Amino acid sequence: MSATFVGMPAFPEAARAALADPQLRHNLAHATDTIRRKRASVVAEIPEWEELRLVGAAVKDSALRSLDTHLVELEERLVANGAVVHWARDAAEACAIVAEVATRHSAEEVVKVKSMVTQEIGLNEALAAQGIAAWETDLAELIVQLGDDLPSHILVPAIHRNRAEIREIFRTKMAAAGRPAPDDLTDDPAALAGAAREHLREKFLRAKVAVSGANFAVAETGTLVVVESEGNGRMCLTLPDVLVSVVGIEKVLPTWESLDPMMRLLPRSSTGERMNPYTSTWSGVTPGDGPQEVHVVLLDNGRTNALADDVGRQALRCIRCSACLNVCPVYERTGGHAYGSVYPGPIGAILNPLLKGTGVDEQTDSLPYASSLCGACFEACPVRIDIPEVLVHLRTKVVDSHRGDRVLKPEAVAMKAAAFAFSDARRLALAERASGLAGRVIGRWGKTRLPGGRPAAGRIPGPGAAWTSARDMPAPPKESFRAWWKRTSGGRS
Amino acid sequence: MSARDEILGRVRAALADVDTSADVAVPAAPRSAAPPGDVVELFLERVADYRAVVERCSVADLVERVRAALPEGGRVVVPPGLEIEIVGAVADDHLSAAELDAVDAVVTAARVGIAETGTIVLDHQPDQGRRALSLVPDHHVCVVRADQIVPDVPDAVTMLDPSRPQTWISGPSATSDIELDRVEGVHGPRVLHVIVVDP
Repeated sequence: MSATFVGMPAFPEAARAALADPQLRHNLAHATDTIRRKRASVVAEIPEWEELRLVGAAVKDSALRSLDTHLVELEERLVANGAVVHWARDAAEACAIVAEVATRHSAEEVVKVKSMVTQEIGLNEALAAQGIAAWETDLAELIVQLGDDLPSHILVPAIHRNRAEIREIFRTKMAAAGRPAPDDLTDDPAALAGAAREHLREKFLRAKVAVSGANFAVAETGTLVVVESEGNGRMCLTLPDVLVSVVGIEKVLPTWESLDPMMRLLPRSSTGERMNPYTSTWSGVTPGDGPQEVHVVLLDNGRTNALADDVGRQALRCIRCSACLNVCPVYERTGGHAYGSVYPGPIGAILNPLLKGTGVDEQTDSLPYASSLCGACFEACPVRIDIPEVLVHLRTKVVDSHRGDRVLKPEAVAMKAAAFAFSDARRLALAERASGLAGRVIGRWGKTRLPGGRPAAGRIPGPGAAWTSARDMPAPPKESFRAWWKRTSGGRS
Repeated sequence: MSARDEILGRVRAALADVDTSADVAVPAAPRSAAPPGDVVELFLERVADYRAVVERCSVADLVERVRAALPEGGRVVVPPGLEIEIVGAVADDHLSAAELDAVDAVVTAARVGIAETGTIVLDHQPDQGRRALSLVPDHHVCVVRADQIVPDVPDAVTMLDPSRPQTWISGPSATSDIELDRVEGVHGPRVLHVIVVDP
């Protein structure tokens, strides 16, 4: 029904393919430029933004530092409010719980609010395997689902598509999923949004079961919060008889009051608005209003791995605003698919290895390197996740996890060789003589010059090819420091 | 072991290095300086920024203003506890979703208005009706009393009761999903008409 990320190549390979697509690069540059401007202008309206970020980070930290207590409290309050609470260790358990609820109500379809966590656990595919159709109702998710495509952004999963491509998807694919697109559909965004409204309305009106995530789960009051724009969330949370919400355990906020900094930080960071069009909050079942059967699935799926990492656990503060994606020079050029996960961009580069572990698969291990460490993500993050710090920490873990490999990576061989040369004065002198000779050769025969005139090696063959395919290596100096010191008596002669 | 006990066990093991005994309470979030001028005027300006229709009137003019805000000849539904007389309107009596879909407009009250962000919060008491009521019809006329408007988000959060379902509304339904361009009008009411009434 929809494509999956399973079997994606490691980042460098996937990025190369993305970079070769001029339409994709144009779409991304346009969209990220638009959203960066909007965010900058609404953040500039708040003089106390920096203090607000500090409080936002502190609120999430205080929730995480006593997470067990808050989770137990959340469960108690939810149950007292009439909700049914389930716990799921992993994706398969969570999907089975949702499928069981739908099956018990003989539902052949469910309507879905856009939710990162249900993407993470592959819920749509799991439900399809049980003969249950899961309809995405967010406009971008609908575009991705109808196009049999993959999401490429946390907030706007179809950011890689432009209006003409979206019109084509609606015209060719909507009919098979329900009400067809009108014949005279144009690529005007308002017309495209109108077509989605008509297409989904019949699904909202007949749906018996809805599935959502939650942006926040308030422990003290047993309240779930969904932040959205279109009203598809309100439709799903209000019209069906049964609501199942899958909530990552890191979504907990300790108190109702702690919603305040979050609701000031999230919309401005995310869509660049003072406030998003719609936010719904509900505390279990409300008699006579909305679903009368409410389930909450509390999901681990690797979050406790991330929590156990004392440097990496700050990533669990993430409120999925996607500000870090929009400011990232790497994301802006490669797009989200290259990260091979529903969590792309800088946050994905740390979250995926933290959830799945390092040293397990090559694709995940490639992610901490998908960054220039420029730090723009940290500056933009509303809850001050120091993404560069975690990236460097995870690179260490990736290297450590390969120490016992039988076949060493070229980088490890180079480091071992360097350690051998540097640990003995005579060996170092020999190496310096060799590098001085290389410097002379490159200076004499090499054609590449760096700005300023320093000679450099162009593409070199063999083990150095991977390094020099995208970089110029400066020619080594003809004389080493030690040789110069000896020749000039420390600069005196 | 149950999934619950196992997850809680993993959380505790993951936090074994964390000592919370010296943790201090999270400081209250900083508040913005009071907006210069009238909060009601700021509210009107900020709601209008979302391309909602806004107006301000006196109690004496309210009934007439609400009537003028409704689509001509349209079917109108109101929550059972609305204290504004609207000729020809149907009071909600457990209408089905399909029945609500056949209605053109809804008139509700509100619980609180937030000036800084131009947000209306409904907590779905009898004068606002259940959540579906202000969602399915395409035209929402919302009456906010001037004294219900607070300066900023923290003021609203403190006043609101989390045990009640809430809907925070900032302008008409919108999306930025196509090239990150904001377009009004997707699934929620495409017209939001806010009338602030001075007591």
